[in-house]
Amino acid sequence: MRKTTNENALSLVCVLLIGISFLGEGLISPVKQVSGFVITPIQKGINGLGSWLSGLADNFEDAVSLREENAQLKERVDQLTVENTQLIQNKEELDRLRELFELDQQYEDYEKVGARIIAKESGNWFQIFTIDKGSKDGIKKDMNVISGSGLVGIVTEVGSSWATVRSIIDDNSSVSAMVSNTSDQCMIAGDLRLLDEGALNLVKLTDSDNKVHVGDKVVTSYISEKFLPGILIGYISELNNDSNNMTKSGLLTPVVDFRHLQEVLVILELKEYIPSDTAAILEEEEGLSGGGSGNGKAEKETEAAPDGEGRTE
Amino acid sequence: MKRKTTMILLILVCTILQSTVCEMIAVGQIKPNLLIILTVSFGLMRGRRDGLMTGFLCGLISDIFFESIIGFHALLYLWIGYYSGYFYRIFYDDDIKTPLLLISVCDLVYGILQYGFLFLMRGRIHFFYYLGRIIMPEVVYTLLLTIVCYRILYQINRQLSLTDKRSVDRIV
Repeated sequence: MRKTTNENALSLVCVLLIGISFLGEGLISPVKQVSGFVITPIQKGINGLGSWLSGLADNFEDAVSLREENAQLKERVDQLTVENTQLIQNKEELDRLRELFELDQQYEDYEKVGARIIAKESGNWFQIFTIDKGSKDGIKKDMNVISGSGLVGIVTEVGSSWATVRSIIDDNSSVSAMVSNTSDQCMIAGDLRLLDEGALNLVKLTDSDNKVHVGDKVVTSYISEKFLPGILIGYISELNNDSNNMTKSGLLTPVVDFRHLQEVLVILELKEYIPSDTAAILEEEEGLSGGGSGNGKAEKETEAAPDGEGRTE
Repeated sequence: MKRKTTMILLILVCTILQSTVCEMIAVGQIKPNLLIILTVSFGLMRGRRDGLMTGFLCGLISDIFFESIIGFHALLYLWIGYYSGYFYRIFYDDDIKTPLLLISVCDLVYGILQYGFLFLMRGRIHFFYYLGRIIMPEVVYTLLLTIVCYRILYQINRQLSLTDKRSVDRIV
C-alpha cells in the first residue's frame, strides 16, 4: 500500500514541478543556483583531469612531429607578418571610412570574456552545454556566445559561476540572419537530423532578385531580437526554391566546429531592444522554452521551429 | 543511513559522469545513458521503492542542470525505476541477462518517450530517422556499458546489504 502512495505522490510532485516551471522561472532559479554551486566545481575538476590525461598521451605522439611543424610554422609566421602589415594598412583605411559613414558604433569591438565548456547536456537530443563563467564575470541571460570564428549560441541560464548555453545547432534554436552581401533576410534553424552533416537549416530566405548564391556569407541580422548584428554564422552550402516560389531554403555550413568546441567567448553586451507589447509577451514565454511542447512559440525568434521546410524528404 | 548516503553519492557521481566523461567517450556523437543503468539496476536489485527514488533523483538532477522544465525527466526516470522494480522478485542477482534485457527495453522506451514529448510535439515527424540515428545507437551503447557497470553496481549493493544485515544483527 505504502509503495503505491509513494509512486503517486512523487508523480504528482513531478507534474507540479513541470507546472511551476511553466508558470515562472523565478521560483526554481534559487534551487538551480544552489545545486550549480555544488556540482560545477566537480565537473570542472573532472574535465581538467580528462584533458590532463589526454595531454599526457599526446606528449609522446607529438614530440617527433613537433620539430617539423616548428619549421613550417616559422615560415608561416614570416608569411603572416607580411600579410598582417598589409591588413593593418587596410584596417586603418577602413576605420577612416567608417568614421566617415558613422558606422563605427555598429561594428565596434565588443567586450568579451573567455570561458571553458565543462559539461554537456546528459542526453543525445539537445545541444546545450555549461560554461565555467557566470554572473560573477558579468554574464547575463541572452548574451551571445561566439568562438574565434563565429556564432556559437546564446546564454539561457546563469548562475554565480556557471552558465548554460544553447548552441545554434540545437533543434530548438533559430536565429534571424541575413546574407551579408545582399542583406536578404532569412532564418537559421538547428536540426537534429543534420547532425551528421554538421549543417544548419536555412529557411525563409527572401531573395526576389536571385542574387544570393551558394557560398555566400550569412551573418546575424540587425532585426534580430537577441543576437547582435553582423556576427558571422556560416556559408550557404545548398539553396533551393521553396514550393511557394517566394522564398528559398537550403543548408548552411557553420564556421564553428561544434564537435571540437572547448573554449568560447561570451560577448558582454546585450542587444538593446525596446520591447513592444507583443515582444513583452514573447519575453515572458521564454520561460517555457527548453524543449517542452512548443506549440505556442512558433513565431518566436530564438525558439521558433520551422517545420522542416528547409528539407523535404 | 549509510545506505542513503551511498545512494545519493552514487547518483551524484553518475549524473556528473554523464555530463562530462560520457561526452568524451561518445561514438558518432551518441552517448551511453548511465542514469538508466543506475535506475534500472537499483529497481531490479532493491525493488520498486528504491528504483522509484533513484530514478526520481537522477531525473531531477539532470533536469535542474540542463532543462528549463523541471520535473519532466524526473517523471520519466521515476516511472522507469518503479516499473523495473516489478522484476525484483523474479530475478536472480548474479544473472546478467535480465538486467541487460530490461535496461535495453527501458532505454528504448525512454528514447521513444523523449522523442514523443520533445520532438513529435514540435512537428518533427520523421520517427524512423530518430529511431535509427539516436535511439537505437544509444540503446546499443548503453547495453555495452551495462556489461561493465552492472557488476560494479551489483558489488556495491551487496556490500550495502551486508552492512545493513550486520547492523540489524547488532540491534537484535
